Amino acid sequence: MAEITLRGKFNKDNFVVEKLDNLINWARAGSPWYFQFGLACCAIEMMAASAPRHDLERFGVFPRATPRQADVMIVAGTVTIKMAERVKRLYEQMSDPKYVISMGSCANSGGPYWQHGYHVLKGVDLVVPVDVYVPGCPPRPEALIQGILELQRHIKTESTFGRNKNA
Amino acid sequence: MPEKTLIDSIKSIDDSIAYDDETKIFSIGEVDKWFEIATEIKNLNFDYLMCITSIDLENDQLALAYNLHSTETKKSIEFNLVFPKDAQIPSIESLWKTADWHEREAYDMMGIKFVNHPDMKRILLPHDWEGHPLRKNYVVADYYHGMYIPKDKTEWE
Repeated sequence: MAEITLRGKFNKDNFVVEKLDNLINWARAGSPWYFQFGLACCAIEMMAASAPRHDLERFGVFPRATPRQADVMIVAGTVTIKMAERVKRLYEQMSDPKYVISMGSCANSGGPYWQHGYHVLKGVDLVVPVDVYVPGCPPRPEALIQGILELQRHIKTESTFGRNKNA
Repeated sequence: MPEKTLIDSIKSIDDSIAYDDETKIFSIGEVDKWFEIATEIKNLNFDYLMCITSIDLENDQLALAYNLHSTETKKSIEFNLVFPKDAQIPSIESLWKTADWHEREAYDMMGIKFVNHPDMKRILLPHDWEGHPLRKNYVVADYYHGMYIPKDKTEWE
């Protein structure tokens, strides 16, 4: 009876039978290279997260200095209206599949500039689509790491060949 | 706090210079003479311009505060200029290079116009921004390049 399924058929021959989606997602979730740019104090926490004590590289997360090589954009800090145009432009230069982590209160909703900030965008999600929001002012590196783990979980549910991309 | 001899030597530069004993601040009535006065002050060894601050006094009046310091005698003085909103202020960029960006900031945020400045344009805000945000009567625009700037936030909360 074991030979009816593929798993059962190749079980003894050192084969691994798995969906291609899972293989691709495993590779992609294991290397979400982020686009290295910081806008405010959240960037300090982002740097601390990739520094030896918190060591983001153990999750395969690695900063890239150009949008063309990056998979995920971490918007770390206050997005001013002047910068918002540039953030959008950088996002458009990234190649698909691309993700955005909004880090900190300012990027989430305007933060302390919520009430009286004529120059601050009230949330980066007004300009680019956001996958993961990390609350905090600024969030500790542990919070950013949890946000990245959340993003990896999100990537693992995607289907590259399926009809519904976010099935 | 400037001492008596220093106050006298600064006052002797021009008749229009006044000194307030309480606030320890010098002030000038006529802004047109500011460049000549500043040149003389620099000759008194005030080699360091610490800051230029712009102030909106309302009633169509603006003010500028110049903080000067001498690294030689360790003395600091403050100069105040009060003028109507449409006045042209002589730039002192050729005396202290610090004034370059500080004057551009005063123009950007308060709309004070400086003459004889080599590069008089906005320094922080986008070049096509409308208005000068630190003016008391500044009204925040609804949109900038299609980006909504909410003012009534009751529905957002």
